[in-house]
Amino acid sequence: MTDLAWIDGALTAARPQAVGALLRYFRDLDIAEEAFQDACLRALKAWPKNGPPRDPAAWLIMVGRNAAIDGVRKRSRQTALPDDEAALSDLDDAEAPLVERLDGADYRDDVLRLMFICCHPDLPQTQQIALALRIVSGLSVRQIARAFLVGESAMEQRITRAKAKIAGAGVAFETPGPVERAERLAAVAAMVYLIFNEGYSASGTEREDRAPLAAEAIRLGRLLLRLYQSEPEIMGLMALMLLQQSRSDARFDADGGIILMDDQDRGRWNRTMIGEGLALIDKAMRHRRTGPYLVQAAIAALHARAATPADTDWAQIDALYATLEQLQPSPVVTLNRAVATSKAHGPEAALAMIAPLEARLSGYFNYFGVKGALLLQMDRRTEAREAFDRAIALANSTAEAAHIRQHLDRLTADAKAAGIS
Amino acid sequence: MLYAILCYNAEDVVMSWSQAQDDAVMDQLGVVHQRLEREGKLGPSLRLMPTTAATTLHKQKDLVIDGPYAETKEQLLGLYIVDIAGLDEGLAIARELGKANPGGAYELRPLRLYLPGVDMPATESA
Repeated sequence: MTDLAWIDGALTAARPQAVGALLRYFRDLDIAEEAFQDACLRALKAWPKNGPPRDPAAWLIMVGRNAAIDGVRKRSRQTALPDDEAALSDLDDAEAPLVERLDGADYRDDVLRLMFICCHPDLPQTQQIALALRIVSGLSVRQIARAFLVGESAMEQRITRAKAKIAGAGVAFETPGPVERAERLAAVAAMVYLIFNEGYSASGTEREDRAPLAAEAIRLGRLLLRLYQSEPEIMGLMALMLLQQSRSDARFDADGGIILMDDQDRGRWNRTMIGEGLALIDKAMRHRRTGPYLVQAAIAALHARAATPADTDWAQIDALYATLEQLQPSPVVTLNRAVATSKAHGPEAALAMIAPLEARLSGYFNYFGVKGALLLQMDRRTEAREAFDRAIALANSTAEAAHIRQHLDRLTADAKAAGIS
Repeated sequence: MLYAILCYNAEDVVMSWSQAQDDAVMDQLGVVHQRLEREGKLGPSLRLMPTTAATTLHKQKDLVIDGPYAETKEQLLGLYIVDIAGLDEGLAIARELGKANPGGAYELRPLRLYLPGVDMPATESA
C-alpha cells in the first residue's frame, strides 16, 4: 500500500525531529538512537499494511518511546508487557495531543539540541561532522567511513569515542534562552557548512563517496531554515550552499581535474539551485542585518548572475569581500579578496594586498597559487615559477597539484619557445 | 471547464529525495503531461520552490513574514503568476493587489519550474 522508497524518505526526513524528541525524554543518546531504530523497524512492518500515519515523526516518537520504556522494564524484569499490536492500536488516540506539542517550540529546540551536541568544542571538526552524519542524518558508519577514507572499524571507534566525550560533557536539556539559542544556531550553522565543504571540496576519485555530503548539508540547512524561518544568516547559509552547489557539475573535467570558474561551461550550472539561492538572498536582504554567510552568498550570486566571466561585477565582489574582511577578519578572506581586486584594479594592487599575509599563509597551497597567478599576469615569470613550485609542494590533492602543473608546463613551454632553457 | 489540480505532499520527504529519485518522478509525470498536452488539456503546470523560499504579506496589517502562509482559517482562493525582478517588486505588486482587495494574505513563492502548456480559453467572467 505504501511504497518502500516513500517510507525510506519519510524515516530519513523524520529522523532529526524524532531522535531529538527521544533524546529529550531519555536524556541518553544511545537509548534515543536505539528507540528510533526500533520504531523504524516497526514502521517498516506497520506502514506498508496500514498506510503511513498522518504525522510520521509523531508516530516514530511515540512508538520509539514505548519501545524504549518496554526495554527498560524488561531489563529490570518487571511485569509482562502488552504486545506490539496492542501498543500500536493505542497510537491514534495518543497522536493528536503529541502533534500539537510538536508544532511548538519544543520541536525546534529538540532538533537544534540534537545538532548542537555534535558541535562540542572539545571534538575536532572531523569528529563533529562524523557524529552529525551518524546521529542527525542517520548515515551508516560504513558510508561515513568511506566519505572520510578510513576503515569502518576505525570510524566506529571514532564515533564511539566522540559519543563518550559528549555524554561525559553533559547536555543542557532546559529550554534555551534567546542568547543561548542564537549561539547554538551559529555553531550548528558552522557545522552544516563544514559538512557541505567536505562534499563540495572533494575532487577526483573521492567525489563519488564524498559529494553526497554536500546534498546532505543542503537538506540539513533546509531543515534549520524551516525551523528558524526569519534568520537571515540561515537564509545566507542556504543560499551560499545552493549557489556553490549549482556549479558542481561544471567544476571537474572527465578526468576529475578542477575546472576554474572562468573556464566552466555556465550552461551546466544548475539554474534551479541558482534560482532558490537568489530568492533566499532577496528574503535575507529585507532584514538589513548582514552576516558572513549572507555576504559570501551575495558574492556567489554575482558570479551566478554573470552570463560570461567578462560580465562579472568584480568591483562589487571586491566591495563585498571588504565587508567580509570586517565581519570576519582572516588572511584567507583577504587572499580571496585579492583575486577580485586583481580583476577590478589590476594584479599590482592585489599583490600588495597579499604580501603581508605570506608569513601566516606560508603553509597554504592557495596562497602560492594566487601569488604565482598574479606574478604571471605581471610577467614576472621567474618569481611566478617559484610560487607555483611552492604551491605544488603544499597541494592537498592530486587535482590541486595538476592544476598548478598546468601553469608550470605553460611557463616551461613559453620559455622553450622563446629559446630560454 | 477549467480546473486547477493543487499538489500537496510532505515537503521534508520530497526534499530528501536524491536527484535520481526526483528525476525519476519527474520523468513519470512527464509521460502523463505529454499525453494531456497532445489532447490539448494541459495548461500551465508549475512546481514551487520549497516553503523556506516563501514570504507572506498579511494584507490588513501590512506585515511581511518569512515563510509560507501557515494559518488554517483561510482557504486558497486564487493565484497569480508574475514575471518580476525579485521579492521587492513582488511585494509591491502584492500591496497594490491588496489595496484593490483587502483581507487575507498573499504568499509569494518563487517558481522552480514553469511549463506553459497549451493555450487555454479565457473564462467568461475573467
